Amino acid sequence: MVATTSNEPEVFPGNAAQVPVLRRHVLDLDDFTAEEITATLDNAAAMRAVLERDVKKVPALRGRVIVTLFYEASTRTRISFEEAGKILSADVINMTASASSIEKGESLLNTGLTLQAMGVDVIVVRHPHSGAPHFLARNLNNVAVINAGDGAHAHPTQGLLDLYTARDHLGELAGRKVVIVGDVLHSRVARSAVWGFAKAGSHVVLSGPPTLMPDPVAPGGWGSAGNNGVENPLANVTVDTNLDTAIEGADLVMALRLQSERQQRGFFPSLREYIRRWQVNDARMAHANPDALLMHPGPMNEGIEVSSSQAHGDRSLIEEQVTNGVAIRMALLYQLAGAAVAEN
Amino acid sequence: MPGRRIIDADEIRRAVTRMFHEILERNRGADGLVLAGIRTRGVPLAERLAEQIRQAENIEVPVGRLDINLYRDDLSERPRMRIRPTTMPVDVAGRTVVLVDDVLYTGRTVRAGLDAISDLGRPLRIQVAALIDRGHRELPIRADFVGKNIPTRQMELVRVRFHETDGVDDVSILQRG
Amino acid sequence: MADAHHNGPILIAGGRVIDPANGRDGAFDVLIADGLVKAVDRSIPADGLDQTARVIDASGLVVSPGFIDIHVHLREPGYEYKETIATGAEAAARGGFTTICAMPNTDPAIDNAAVVDYIANRAAGAPARVRAIGCVTKGRKGRELADMEELITAGVVAFSDDGDPVYDAGLMRLALTYSRDLGVPISNHCEDHELCPGGVMSEGWVSSRLGLAGIPAVAEEAMVARDISLTELTGGRLHLAHLSTAGSVAMVRQAKERGIAVTAEVCPHHLMLTEAWALGGKGDPNVAAGPMAYDTHTKVYPPLRSNADVAACVAGLADGTIDCVATDHAPHERVSKECTYHEAAFGISVLETALGTLMSTVHSGSISLPTLVERLTTGPARVMGNGFAQYASLTPGTPADLVLFDPDAGWTVDVNKFASMGRNTPLDGVTLRGRVGATVVGGRIVFEEPTVLNKGDVA
Repeated sequence: MVATTSNEPEVFPGNAAQVPVLRRHVLDLDDFTAEEITATLDNAAAMRAVLERDVKKVPALRGRVIVTLFYEASTRTRISFEEAGKILSADVINMTASASSIEKGESLLNTGLTLQAMGVDVIVVRHPHSGAPHFLARNLNNVAVINAGDGAHAHPTQGLLDLYTARDHLGELAGRKVVIVGDVLHSRVARSAVWGFAKAGSHVVLSGPPTLMPDPVAPGGWGSAGNNGVENPLANVTVDTNLDTAIEGADLVMALRLQSERQQRGFFPSLREYIRRWQVNDARMAHANPDALLMHPGPMNEGIEVSSSQAHGDRSLIEEQVTNGVAIRMALLYQLAGAAVAEN
Repeated sequence: MPGRRIIDADEIRRAVTRMFHEILERNRGADGLVLAGIRTRGVPLAERLAEQIRQAENIEVPVGRLDINLYRDDLSERPRMRIRPTTMPVDVAGRTVVLVDDVLYTGRTVRAGLDAISDLGRPLRIQVAALIDRGHRELPIRADFVGKNIPTRQMELVRVRFHETDGVDDVSILQRG
Repeated sequence: MADAHHNGPILIAGGRVIDPANGRDGAFDVLIADGLVKAVDRSIPADGLDQTARVIDASGLVVSPGFIDIHVHLREPGYEYKETIATGAEAAARGGFTTICAMPNTDPAIDNAAVVDYIANRAAGAPARVRAIGCVTKGRKGRELADMEELITAGVVAFSDDGDPVYDAGLMRLALTYSRDLGVPISNHCEDHELCPGGVMSEGWVSSRLGLAGIPAVAEEAMVARDISLTELTGGRLHLAHLSTAGSVAMVRQAKERGIAVTAEVCPHHLMLTEAWALGGKGDPNVAAGPMAYDTHTKVYPPLRSNADVAACVAGLADGTIDCVATDHAPHERVSKECTYHEAAFGISVLETALGTLMSTVHSGSISLPTLVERLTTGPARVMGNGFAQYASLTPGTPADLVLFDPDAGWTVDVNKFASMGRNTPLDGVTLRGRVGATVVGGRIVFEEPTVLNKGDVA
């Protein structure tokens, strides 16, 4: 078989590019440097090549044990991590809330300590409470923790796969206009994407119902320069609740999942009105750049956040995001294993 | 790191010439041949061999690039956290793959390279070419084509530099710091 | 040498006496005997004292009336795994507090005379005076008023449903009206639940950063405004517990200017710590949210707020808008904090770090030392009423409740050395300046710290 048809010119990086990326945990993208993000995306590109082969298996993590510890229902993220671990030859054990001592009331800490005592190398945790992965990371000395989504806080592997997918199509992300539309307030996907795209130098515009726009996530505020000599990481992030103006000239539109309970809690009047004002549809995409791309973290309420025509249109990268998710998770699992070794 | 230069650019050129002759002789020409350079410095060496074959025989020998980091057994010793894609422009099935690296030492890199090629398909046979064989094998692996045998002590490092990657062609022996 | 059983005369010599009740601030000696302050004078010779007298060299130390804390949670009865009256009183003594007022969110709640008696019995012989605060409503359920007069007769010194607000505005109106002739304040914990559903920390950039549900300032301010209006309407005696926002301070200032009988307290942590502490960098707002983030020890109600709110609270305390400091000492067992931020209990164990925290406002020049002492002594006594004045002065003839402290001594907080069972504080490992050297209650030395009181005995 042909491993890849890539005709990229061979580039021989200097020794600087060989500096290992050392990190014990992946909790959010706010503590990633732009360089580390780039290195992770580069590694993911190599992992993606493995995914495209007939033999989707490499021995890199042979003998390592990964546990996916999910306190929330999830199909795609859990399977994505499981596949990533298995392709790298790690042993992957899935633990879900419905089939474990979680139901017996065992605390998160004790579950983590038990897994650590069993020699687990990596815990991939999803939890409805923001900061649960940090809590585990703080209390476990010999386990790497990957945040697979915590409350309304972060979903860093989703953020990285979004960046990867965007970079794959747009090339340079600096200066690109990225519109994130929907329930940004409760969205961990959006929070991680904001950090990722902001660090990549993109101009991020948040849009959606005013009741679902979050406070700025740094003291400088959205869209203002830094003060007190501290550069504001959000200088290129702005809010425009009018999607029709927000989407003007966009290079990338990311629609977020809308949970119906938000409407029940009164954050917006009705789905009908939401669709009228914030659905990503043909008419609105016509105001974006002609080759603008559409992403959605899934699972999608087709016909609500995104019109069917756009969801399945040729600008949609939604399925590609899923494939890239496996590659990103492979890269992170590999990097963490190496970092754990370097530490010992 | 100051090093003792043991081979200069001319000697490298002559060694590469000798190697490509041996490769063609052993394989009775270049038909069905694929060169697979192990990243990083196996790649320019493989490309030089292919270039010489093209000039001598007017045959394009495909050159693949192997990143063997995912196949190493020493992640526990040396975390190398930058991985680049493995590229192979043709299907290796039924072909003779010459695995090319700059230095043959413990044999572990070649072992990883053999695994990496096996996952791409089932070649007719695999041969190993190295510019420098410095000894101290830890696995039952030998080179089919060697540019130069250099006896070394284990404490020493052999540094190969190629113009394409390092701006200069030479081989030096360095003391492990 | 520590001598907890010393009952003879004590001469505290060479200290800086700050006694706001008598307008005194200067170098004085204080003589204590028979449980009372006997004399305060420029120089009291030691030779005239009998053999059992103890002389404490207080040079370099401040000598003031013992601190009065009108807001602590002692957890007994019902939650003795968090704190007991004995451990809480010991923590108070270490913090320089000689009188503490226990909130009624116990189990059973302090809503009848039997529980008040129980607390009084448990507090007998404790190293601090323990007073009970009674519930405003039966069982703290917010439905019907407790038997207030019976509670006062049994000894409660104020009313509060603290931990929860008196939520029903109509009921709060009745409580203020009914208690008008009882002479004690109604202390309310102001929190509009509808404005902070599921909130666990101050609403702002940090809560947004961490993805935690916020508690906006208006959740406190809406009820502060309501209660001020009700006080104006009823002529009742309102005390606002633990103010935390600039808006609340402004409203109280305005209410006082209009002559409304409202008093207010502020907690030490709201005068020093900000919301940024939740990031895990001990207040550094520029740290990324790493493994140390979501420090559950920063979870407290009212939440730690912004720099501007902290500044407004400090200014409010300095200018007297806020009458006093109260700790809201809220000890918890380990498990209550060893969990996710969402699951963690609200509250900080404050008594033993209060002085060191408060002194930061003095060291920064925001509040004068005599003013701070006033807000810890006569301030809370004024809030609580007549019975407290005797414990808030060094007037000869009053009970000898005193604290000696070094305003400059640096020390590092180590929760493992706490007397309180609650080790829940974000200040663990933090170096503070200002430390208690000795605490005297009723003429008895209930706590002394030799490293602060290193001048030793001369007796």
